[in-house]
Amino acid sequence: MIHSLFLVNASGDIFLEKHWKSVVSRSVCDYFFEAQERATEPENVPPVIPTPHHYLISVLRHRIYFVAVIQSEVPPLFVIEFLHRVVDTFQDYFGVCTEAAIKDNVVVVYELLEEMLDNGFPLATESNILKELIKPPTILRTMVNTITGSTNVGEQLPTGQLSVVPWRRTGVKYTNNEAYFDVVEEIDAIIDKSGSTITAEIQGVIDACVKLTGMPDLTLSFMNPRLLDDVSFHPCVRFKRWEAERILSFIPPDGNFRLLSYHVSSQNLVAIPVYVKHNISFREGSSQGRFDLTLGPKQTMGKAVESVLVSSQLPRGVLNANLNPSQGTYTFDPVTKMLTWDVGKINPQKLPSLKGTMSLQAGASKPDENPTINIQLKIQQMAISGLKVNRLDMYGEKYKPFKGIKYMTKAGKFQVRT
Amino acid sequence: MLTRVRPTILSVLRNEDLKEMLESNKESLKLEAMKRVVGLIAKGKNASELFPAVVKNVANKNIELKKLVYVYLVRYAEEQQDLALLSISTFQRALKDPNQFIRASALRVLSSIRVPIIVPIMMLAIKESAADMSPYVRKTSAHAIQKLYSLDPDQKEQLIEVIEKLLKDKSTLVAGSVVMAFEEVCPDRIDLIHKNYRKLCNLLVDVEEWGQVVIISMLTRYARTQFISPWKESGDATSFSQSLSEKKDQMEAKTYIMDPDHRLLLRNTKPLLQSRNTAVVMSVAQLYWHLAPKHEVTIVTKSLVRLLRSHREVQYIVLQNIATMSIQRKGMFEPFMKSFYVRSTDSTHIKTLKLEILTNLANEANISTILREFQTYVKSQDKAFAAATIQAIGRCATNISEVTDTCLNGLVLLLSNRDETVVAESVVVIKKLLQTQPTQHSEIIKHMAKLFDNITVPMARASILWLMGEYCERVPKIAPDVLRKMAKTFTAEEDIVKLQIVNLAAKLYLTNSKQTKLLTQYILNLGKYDQNYDIRDRTRFIRQLIVPSEKSGALNKYARRILLAPKPAPVLESAFKDRDRYQLGTLSHSLNTKASGYQELSDWPAVAPDQSVRNVEVIEPVRNLPSSPTSYHRYNSYMPDSTVTQRCYSKSGSESEEESSEESEKTSSDSGKSSSGSEQESSSESESQQKKKKKTKKAPQKKSKPAAADRYSEIPPVRWTLRASFFFPVNLACPDVTTPSFGPVKTYELLHHMTGKGLSAKYHFPRQPCLYQPSMVAVQVVLTNSSDHSLEEIHIGDRNPASLNLHCFNTIERLEPEASVTVSMGIDFSDSTQAANFQLCTKDDQFSVSIQPAVGELFMPITMTEQDFSKEQGKLLGMNETSETIAMATANTSSQAISKQVLSVANVGVVSSTQNDIHRFAGRTVSSGALVLVSLEMKESSSALLTINTEKSVMASMLLRDLKQALAQA
Repeated sequence: MIHSLFLVNASGDIFLEKHWKSVVSRSVCDYFFEAQERATEPENVPPVIPTPHHYLISVLRHRIYFVAVIQSEVPPLFVIEFLHRVVDTFQDYFGVCTEAAIKDNVVVVYELLEEMLDNGFPLATESNILKELIKPPTILRTMVNTITGSTNVGEQLPTGQLSVVPWRRTGVKYTNNEAYFDVVEEIDAIIDKSGSTITAEIQGVIDACVKLTGMPDLTLSFMNPRLLDDVSFHPCVRFKRWEAERILSFIPPDGNFRLLSYHVSSQNLVAIPVYVKHNISFREGSSQGRFDLTLGPKQTMGKAVESVLVSSQLPRGVLNANLNPSQGTYTFDPVTKMLTWDVGKINPQKLPSLKGTMSLQAGASKPDENPTINIQLKIQQMAISGLKVNRLDMYGEKYKPFKGIKYMTKAGKFQVRT
Repeated sequence: MLTRVRPTILSVLRNEDLKEMLESNKESLKLEAMKRVVGLIAKGKNASELFPAVVKNVANKNIELKKLVYVYLVRYAEEQQDLALLSISTFQRALKDPNQFIRASALRVLSSIRVPIIVPIMMLAIKESAADMSPYVRKTSAHAIQKLYSLDPDQKEQLIEVIEKLLKDKSTLVAGSVVMAFEEVCPDRIDLIHKNYRKLCNLLVDVEEWGQVVIISMLTRYARTQFISPWKESGDATSFSQSLSEKKDQMEAKTYIMDPDHRLLLRNTKPLLQSRNTAVVMSVAQLYWHLAPKHEVTIVTKSLVRLLRSHREVQYIVLQNIATMSIQRKGMFEPFMKSFYVRSTDSTHIKTLKLEILTNLANEANISTILREFQTYVKSQDKAFAAATIQAIGRCATNISEVTDTCLNGLVLLLSNRDETVVAESVVVIKKLLQTQPTQHSEIIKHMAKLFDNITVPMARASILWLMGEYCERVPKIAPDVLRKMAKTFTAEEDIVKLQIVNLAAKLYLTNSKQTKLLTQYILNLGKYDQNYDIRDRTRFIRQLIVPSEKSGALNKYARRILLAPKPAPVLESAFKDRDRYQLGTLSHSLNTKASGYQELSDWPAVAPDQSVRNVEVIEPVRNLPSSPTSYHRYNSYMPDSTVTQRCYSKSGSESEEESSEESEKTSSDSGKSSSGSEQESSSESESQQKKKKKTKKAPQKKSKPAAADRYSEIPPVRWTLRASFFFPVNLACPDVTTPSFGPVKTYELLHHMTGKGLSAKYHFPRQPCLYQPSMVAVQVVLTNSSDHSLEEIHIGDRNPASLNLHCFNTIERLEPEASVTVSMGIDFSDSTQAANFQLCTKDDQFSVSIQPAVGELFMPITMTEQDFSKEQGKLLGMNETSETIAMATANTSSQAISKQVLSVANVGVVSSTQNDIHRFAGRTVSSGALVLVSLEMKESSSALLTINTEKSVMASMLLRDLKQALAQA
């Protein structure tokens, strides 16, 4: 399936290659570079590129292209999903997935890639299994290894490989037994010029950090499970139990994982947490434009709207912006024409605003489109859909774990057209 | 010259250093050197010179070093074939290693070394590993099949035999890999799948996610050859002429009944739509698209739309597939139209795909919404996208006649747009639209003529000129004027525009020769000497056609009919229109060309092939107890019914009572079946009973059971039988075992009440598979309070050794005087009779206790046929065989008595035997799953030969001693 993998950085250098079958010359990447040159933005490189003898399937994460070389028919999503899983694993192991981190840990990276694929077919992608095979590098372990000469590599078949719960390693032990669940919801919305909602939907995830000894069997139930319209589970969740009782029952993997992602049914009206009053105008013939933006809280159920960040791609004709924020700071990049305004917290008594003028290229005609405004925000301790966890129970182990549940709402792809 | 030499000198030096390090005695130096070598390989530098130094380390004990050497070998063995052969014997030895992981990695490397000489060795290794005890090794052998096949395709026949064997494997671990091998080696041998079809369908949920993708796509292909079409409108597009056969089709459609196997596939794949793996979701979606009845396909919509939240690359592929689907089935995605609205942050190819889908979804009802949305897009700063939007508007206008005029007017407005690309694209689209209905649009043509001077994009200018020429009779005054202007600028125009000028001149000459004769001749003369030969050619051709002369002859008469013939309107259609000839989700579909190795999806057969080929008659013996039947997802639904878990469920319920009582009181009202409410009642009830009556705890416990069972009342009683077959697969399959294994159980003392300050504990082995972990031995402990005060917080404290894998029972909050309670534990003895030491604690005291298992308790019975028994026995000879002639007590000579005695000592299963004088028993060790085969051959005068075959020789000798003792007793 996957023949080879090349890692290409932003400046177009191949800094790592790995082959699972016969060696494919790195010149195959020339076709990729060609496509890269043709694309105006890094994101515009097509994910699937045919070449005379191979096919290149690539993903872009953290400004690194992961280019897989394929020789024959394979579902492209199979490769894409796998490459993303590779990135996730690197991130899990090294904390960040950057060129420097990969170069520093090149041996671990190679060992990981060796275990993840056999003859181009995925062998072990479960983080818990991999960690038993190859221990993540830590400063302490590196030191101990240099002194004692012991290794990072496991000698036994990871217990997960043969077990019915391959995602969990056995023999887990903690002195503090804790289970944390983060319910994070994102609002995707497009708001039109007049402030009315064109489309709005809520997508949520439950991320868990479970550090529990032994083989705990957890159940999580919701007060209002009917809200969840379309769900996708971590493989540990027992699907039948969900179908029958709407209860999440699972033996969790050890550590961090995404338990569930869901979509809130579209029948429910989506509360829009902020409103934007805007007046962005360019006059014909003049080299000045007016910019006036005010934010205010809308339906927030009494919670504060925090970490607000407004960004907007201004028209190409804009040379500079001279603005005055009532709070926070703004930056304008004259090259990319990107305006960002770090607002911070919205105070309902004193609404934040950004006012001023934009200078336009002399003689250039009036831009015919007003910029779109992207908004990021956070609201703590609330899930905007109203989803609530009812209770979390643990069976199969005798200790009492510490349980914590946190709610958060964020803006996902939240756009205001002006 | 110098600069080129330097690096090689440096690298030689570096290689010398590395060689020295690799050949040193110090492990750490070797490892360091290997790490650097791997670093070189990763960078794509050549490190092949070091081959001899590296290959020496292949047998090193250090596992990390060994792995790095493997990495090196696999990379360079192809180049250094002779030297690579040196390492082969190491792998051959490792293939016999008792550690399954070592065996598997040896096979992995051996099969990855692409050296043709070792093909026979590889073949042998694959065959052996395919019959390995460990499913992990068998999985590796499935991978090795593909490697060997790509190295030497001549081995195909033999490899197919191995594949056939592995396809029968019941382990979920193997299924995905072997199907992959099947797809690679012999995708046309559909006949191999028949017998395994149902098994694959049933295993699917538990197979790892990558295997699921492969199996689903194979099964899609399979189903298309084996079942008849569930689509009622089959052949609607193909045979209009054959109305007879069509009628026949309809008749058949009415009586269509889906094959139960077809239904099985659809049913078992449906839950996978909820997978977190996008590739799995996509493969289920394509399966439904290609196999399900039309009305069922809609269930995949939601899941596909969900994938749009994922990474950019995933979106790209999913949108492509949705684009193809939305052409044929608008209704599927129409409710989700808003999910395809474009955001300014999307990348260009995502935007274009979304536009494509929105256009496909457009109909009379939603067109106004879509057009409003399009208006925003046209203003986009991304001009390429704006141009694509204009084309999309054009397509909507042709497809939906109600909005054609609106669209045209909108497009005309765009003609005054400042951006050239937008204007040009509008002109081109208007041209196409006008062609479809040219009658009433002379106003638009006039408007375009006015704009002509401001438009610079060649394609747009050419389009306007073409329109002028085509409809010159509708704008009789303007057209000659335009021609006049063009005559002036002819030399400065682009080629494409020049061609249209010549065209316009010719058409005007035919319709209005009075005004344009001279202009035309002027233009034709300019064209005659143009630099471009296409233009020269065209000019020459046109001149011959329109200007009458002696040479031109008959053609001249038809010039008008040739040039001004009514032209068919262009059809604006989707670029995804013909993509459905490829299977959805494939690479070929994504590229719209046939990728190498693409397997065509066949058409439904007209008549269903024989269904009985999928029937499986022989129930084969269960080979892999630990992996196969303990399917997680099926396991879960039975678990709540088991007595043991019931107990801990009700326990933990009362435990969590304090912390959640407030909450549960609140919630029990709104959620009717909320368990906490009922549970709480029952347990508080039981507590009050305890206080009043001071009875044994048994009574309230029985009370709490139905309370717990209430929660699972939805589960139909049928499950009970299923559950039984899961927990006691052996006993059902082989009734011989049932009676003896439930015979009297030996109880051992754990803690005497004198030493335990009133707490006494006894334990026995219930001989059931342990619930908590398959590698644990189940132990039941009866705790009794013989003191005169109640004991609190009975639990398990420290264990010794600390690494002891123990599943504790839940803390018993309170044990009343004279009461006793039975609790279950699981202990992993790791196949040794070493005692498990731990502390039994109460609130005030701690007592050290230990459980020492008899060797016979460390087994699990398995069923086997006599043939299998002999076969396995044949593999466990030599070192693995222990035998002794023993004396038998006379009372023990009947086969029943022998079974009874053996089963009392060891937890093994009876193997039904055809020979009267040989008795066979089979079992597996609990932790490692090693086979234990016991056979007893009766000799004359109450002596017998007792043979034990197992890898665990220590256990064998201990078991032999115990059996000898038991059989000698009366």
